[in-house]
Amino acid sequence: MLRASSRLFGKALVVAEYLDGKIVPASLAAITAATKVGSVSALVAAKDAKSLGAELAKVNGVSEVLVASGEQYAAGLPEEIAPLVKSLVDKHNFTHVFAATSAFGKNVIPRAAAKSDSMPISDITAIESEDTFVRQMYAGNAVTTVKSSDKIKFVTVRGTSFDRAALTGGSATVVETDASTAVSSAKWVEDLIAKSDKPDLTTAPKVVAGGRGLKNGDNFKLLFDLAEPLKAAVGATRAVVDAGYCPNDMQIGQTGKTIAPQLYIGAGVSGAIQHVAGMKDSKVIAVINTDADAPFFQVADYGLVADLFDAVPALTKLVKN
Amino acid sequence: MFSRSVVNLFRPTLANNMKVIVGVKRVVDYTVKIRVKDNKIQTDGVKMSVNPFDEIAIEEAIRLKEKKIATEVIAVTIGNKKSEEVLRTAMALGCDKAIHIVVPDADAVTLEPLAIAKILAKLHAEEKPDLWILGKQAVDGDFGSTPQLLAGLIDAPQGTFASEIAVADGKVKVTREIDAGRQVVELKLPAVVAADLRLNTPRFPNLQSIMKARKKPIDTREVAKLDVDIKPRLTTVSAAEPPVRKAGVKVKTVDELFDKLRNEAKVL
Repeated sequence: MLRASSRLFGKALVVAEYLDGKIVPASLAAITAATKVGSVSALVAAKDAKSLGAELAKVNGVSEVLVASGEQYAAGLPEEIAPLVKSLVDKHNFTHVFAATSAFGKNVIPRAAAKSDSMPISDITAIESEDTFVRQMYAGNAVTTVKSSDKIKFVTVRGTSFDRAALTGGSATVVETDASTAVSSAKWVEDLIAKSDKPDLTTAPKVVAGGRGLKNGDNFKLLFDLAEPLKAAVGATRAVVDAGYCPNDMQIGQTGKTIAPQLYIGAGVSGAIQHVAGMKDSKVIAVINTDADAPFFQVADYGLVADLFDAVPALTKLVKN
Repeated sequence: MFSRSVVNLFRPTLANNMKVIVGVKRVVDYTVKIRVKDNKIQTDGVKMSVNPFDEIAIEEAIRLKEKKIATEVIAVTIGNKKSEEVLRTAMALGCDKAIHIVVPDADAVTLEPLAIAKILAKLHAEEKPDLWILGKQAVDGDFGSTPQLLAGLIDAPQGTFASEIAVADGKVKVTREIDAGRQVVELKLPAVVAADLRLNTPRFPNLQSIMKARKKPIDTREVAKLDVDIKPRLTTVSAAEPPVRKAGVKVKTVDELFDKLRNEAKVL
């Protein structure tokens, strides 16, 4: 089907997200999604948003960057950003508001939607038309296509379902916009973030994940040893995060992170519905488990019934050579 | 200035007099693998339970009561007649009373987070709770938006994906699970908190409390009398099961696995 952008009448606002002064990859996927409904404006709200805005202006597909600078935006609090989004929607007549399905996007988009009396559409995996979207329910066991009757569609976008917009090639106009009045009902206190030089779980092309079969936190070293030569990120199931073996930001699944790497290697993971929901779109799935009846073998491209304590170090050795 | 001093006047008593409302949803049990047939999600005859995140919300509210921070915990559900059972569970766990907004079966299946949030906002104006604790998402629709919608509608601060909360001096400090780790925010009450998995481990109701809960009051109301627009904004055009992955192979040795990944799948 021929679909020239000039035939699309939508006007989309993408609420961009930054980490350490860089636009996050999931926001770039949200920009790609937004280009499917019409022209794309991107909003960057930060303490001093100017340089971020300049960076965003170069992203392919963005035609306008709205820059809002203010102390109140420093921590990305939804109490401050939702009113800003509402005022921009009213002023610029946006038909769509997009953000990534991240902790930030999930926090901001529904609150902003409430202010415009819209029903937000969470974690879309495809766009059929400007008002029709595909999303999953029941831990990915039902795929539904929904049509929205709202005047303004508020949408969060699954980062692994859309390509990321290129960081170059764009030449958007940058418009400074007035900051909204500080609400101050919420105050940022601190971030408790484990700094790591390891690849980011949601964007890594290879992921090694561990489950209850690892038995304790120390044994995750086996997975990190395998991950290192592969340049893979390490993830985990809910069970092991709950047990305190790993921090919560490593959780893959319905209520954790959704990933779709080129290669997923699962060790000691049974393959519960909730975990599979977060990784079943991986290109190649390899599973190592002692239990030949583990449900995970049904989704695995390659399954090895073996003790991970033998198999993982052996695989690490082969990879290193 | 005047209004601020009035708030300060009440602050010392506020913390010990807290009213907490928890939202509870009856959903298909999380262990059930749902089927889709004839463009419809099949929920007839499957096991239903309290949404797991709502169990955590209930537990947290009860703990606030046990710490003598909250004096009253109200459980609310919005759904068809059968939803009453989740309120009985909530009360068996320690909620003092319950409100059931009864929605006719036909409307219940299309009820969306926005409609739910509007109903809750109406209850907020009536009950004036200090704190709302909801689950971060329902495991059926997977929207994860009701707490944020409610907070937006009533203009209260929101503490989503909460793994720890501490209430003091008219504020709630919420530790939130975010992509890169955790974040701590401090919210003025009234506030909306959305429970994440690691907020607590919910208890089980015992037989005695289940029996006692049968006598606790449920304030049952018809949704039609609330004057809230619950018409769905989303229409389901189609529903299907996800594509099935083609059957994989079982390999016998680590060497074979390595060989397949390198030479067949070409991912190593």
